Amino acid sequence: MAEAPVSDLGLTPELADAVVGTWAEDTETAYVIAPDRILDVLTHLRDAQGYDFLSNLTCVDYQGYGGKLRGDVSERLEIVYNLYSTRRGGGSVALHVRVPEDDTVPTATSVYPGANLQEREVYDLYGIKFDGHPNLRRILLWDGFHGHPMRKDWHEAYYEEDAKPFRSRHPKGDYEFHEDKLPWAKNTTYPAGWDPDSWQEAVAYVPVSQAPQHENRPHLDTESIVVNLGPHHPSTHGVFRMLTRVEGETILALEPEMGYLHRNHEKIGERNTWLMNMPFTDRLDYLNSMSNNWAYALAVEKLAGIEVPERAEYLRVIMAEFTRIVNHAWSIGFILNDLGALQTPALYAIEEREMILDLFEAVSGARMMCNYMRFGGVVRDLPEGWHEQAAYLANERLPRALDELDRLLTENEILRARGRGVGYLAVEDLIALSVSGPMIRAGGLAYDIRKAEPYGIYDRFDFDIPTLPNSDIFDRYYIRLLEAKESVRILQQALRDMPEGEILGGRGGYTLRAPEGEVYGRLEAPKGELGFYLASDGKTQPWRYHIRSPSYINLNALGPMSVGYKVADAIVILGAIDIVLGEVDR
Amino acid sequence: MFGTGLLKGLGVTLKHALDTFEDDRDSVPDRYRGSLELGNNRRVIQQPIDQEGLLTIQYPEEKRLLPERFRYIPMLIWDSEKQEDRCTACGICAKVCPPQCIWIVRDSDENGKPMTRCSDFYIDAAVCMSCSFCVEFCPFDAIKMNHDYELAVYDRYPQLVYDMAELTVPLEYYAALWPTQYEEEQARRKEEEEQKRKQEEEKAAKAAARAAAKSAAAAEESAGAAPRRSAAELQALAKERAAQRQAQAADGGGSEDDAAAAKRARMEELKRRAQERARARKAESGE
Repeated sequence: MAEAPVSDLGLTPELADAVVGTWAEDTETAYVIAPDRILDVLTHLRDAQGYDFLSNLTCVDYQGYGGKLRGDVSERLEIVYNLYSTRRGGGSVALHVRVPEDDTVPTATSVYPGANLQEREVYDLYGIKFDGHPNLRRILLWDGFHGHPMRKDWHEAYYEEDAKPFRSRHPKGDYEFHEDKLPWAKNTTYPAGWDPDSWQEAVAYVPVSQAPQHENRPHLDTESIVVNLGPHHPSTHGVFRMLTRVEGETILALEPEMGYLHRNHEKIGERNTWLMNMPFTDRLDYLNSMSNNWAYALAVEKLAGIEVPERAEYLRVIMAEFTRIVNHAWSIGFILNDLGALQTPALYAIEEREMILDLFEAVSGARMMCNYMRFGGVVRDLPEGWHEQAAYLANERLPRALDELDRLLTENEILRARGRGVGYLAVEDLIALSVSGPMIRAGGLAYDIRKAEPYGIYDRFDFDIPTLPNSDIFDRYYIRLLEAKESVRILQQALRDMPEGEILGGRGGYTLRAPEGEVYGRLEAPKGELGFYLASDGKTQPWRYHIRSPSYINLNALGPMSVGYKVADAIVILGAIDIVLGEVDR
Repeated sequence: MFGTGLLKGLGVTLKHALDTFEDDRDSVPDRYRGSLELGNNRRVIQQPIDQEGLLTIQYPEEKRLLPERFRYIPMLIWDSEKQEDRCTACGICAKVCPPQCIWIVRDSDENGKPMTRCSDFYIDAAVCMSCSFCVEFCPFDAIKMNHDYELAVYDRYPQLVYDMAELTVPLEYYAALWPTQYEEEQARRKEEEEQKRKQEEEKAAKAAARAAAKSAAAAEESAGAAPRRSAAELQALAKERAAQRQAQAADGGGSEDDAAAAKRARMEELKRRAQERARARKAESGE
């Protein structure tokens, strides 16, 4: 293997031998690190190089890989780390660790606590054990699930072929009823030694499972108990469960439990062609399909080197900023809902959302599942009258509506009493937990990918990154209002400056074959950093299709933020993270 | 002072209530501006973008006005001018379909030769994700998105698996749902047809010119220089060839039959191999 140019890692001589090689010089440099040295390298990068943010941690299964890049590599699995600096901005450092099947890797949670949920996901879907992980249990799937579904040799229930399009559809496409093909009786297997009848879910997470020792309280004999908040709608955000230990009303420990909406989106993505994944991304964070489309298109364009015409760039910004307003209006409305202000603020907040969704429907054909972007642009130009309506919204209606929302809520004494100081976590802790988006800006850190590593044409617009100092529920509500106002500013400029012209560059059609390599593309989605990690072996399907979803990773902070507050506060703390279960569970 | 924030907020709700009340009292026609009256209290409403106060649409009597680009489940176009299905069973829609919910049976004539039309076409509407890729990539304008969203039925199978008869709509239906796009498309199609016609005309003209030149040359030849071989020579050649053929047949026994048998055997072998491959594929996919 070629000598690795490690100078930009700034490694000390003792650490230089930890780098075993590089991966895919053509697309983006990634360093291959020896498994037993990864912690040293991560610590060095965090402390000496300022890479304080572990954005993405995932795994790739290279069994049966057909590309040229891994000719002499025998290890089957590869763990990928993408690190960023929130202070400095700029691009990422990518690290790879190669391990054989069923091997263990030291956990990164001691360096980046935010690796917690991501490592559990890798353990669940790939079966890699992380040595020293505080809570290494399955996360998206249950204990009775046999196998690790993201491995290439695992087949789903209605498995037909490895890659779409399936041969049974044309030209002899006699319809078959799929559910008849694989009845459950033949299809269900359990892990060895596991009996579904005698199984009972144990409370495994230690802070929840063990009652804390109290000093004697002479006046009152209390006992803490374990309570499940959920799994149905603990706060109308979807099917999600919070496993808590409470003493009276106070939360002593809290552990998020998820996966009720898991559909193995990433496996479906590996069967799909590159383009077929576009409408599937709509279903991730179903409130923000435009941002999801853009994030995926951005990653594929980076990998395949596709240019985007000027007008399409403007259209993307317009759609993404409208989406941000939609999301923040929704989020504000439901933070208030969770506080007990049922429906009125939510309905006021989403009144303008209806107008924006009507615009989305007029331009793309659907209110929520927009499927509007393509590789190299957008798919349809604006219909007649759209621009005037959008300009009316951006210049008149939205500023007025946001001011009205401000008047309705911000000075409200109840909101302030419930929100001030609740759910506090220092911004340094949030960064360490890989939290992104409005949450860290409400803690005082002006980190926004639109400024830190501008994508699209965001460097042309004049807008600010609002920050608030207190990192509590109230600031998390208010930051969203301020961000929506900034989005209106961007919209006004984009609608004013948008040129005429092409909307779709040449070669992003359904026959796209992305060149061999890997890419991590990310953008500032309304909920935080949305990233797509893609690996290609040069075929019409992605070899690996991973989503770094902000909703999922922001849940790292739910436990630490809720401890010490009341049950009613925990509901709002969850609401203020602003999750969508379509994106959490994937 | 404690409570001013609350009062301010209540002022906002009061304003909303008044807006809605005023809207309801004074301007009922105004609320329905731009909407279609269907009679019997049924109408299709377009919510104006400057609507103040809250607007409730009384579904199912009242419905939202759908924009032209609204997409739901695909439909197949019957070209009423040419009296034929536009679909040519090329299968592109089935190939690009992300959830693979399109099933096409290509028609064939009595000799088993595939034809450019389908004998059946299924869409599993329970699986369709309304992405409209089929429409985007259809080269024949044969598949379009329908606006009909009231499809609830009691059973998924077979009610939600639409066959060709359920999917096919006349061109006029499409033209009414998608007027702008239909206009553009018709203009484009007309232009293409015009071009095709021109090309064919040109081709025909060229062919005619070539034929004319040829016949002129032939005429010149027959009129001018003598033919390269005389009639007697040609007759002699024909005789020679016939003799050769006879000789071949005599010493070969049944060589012609042999050749045919070899061809048949090869065909059989190819068929057998294809079957083997199909079996292997089936075994691979675990059926």
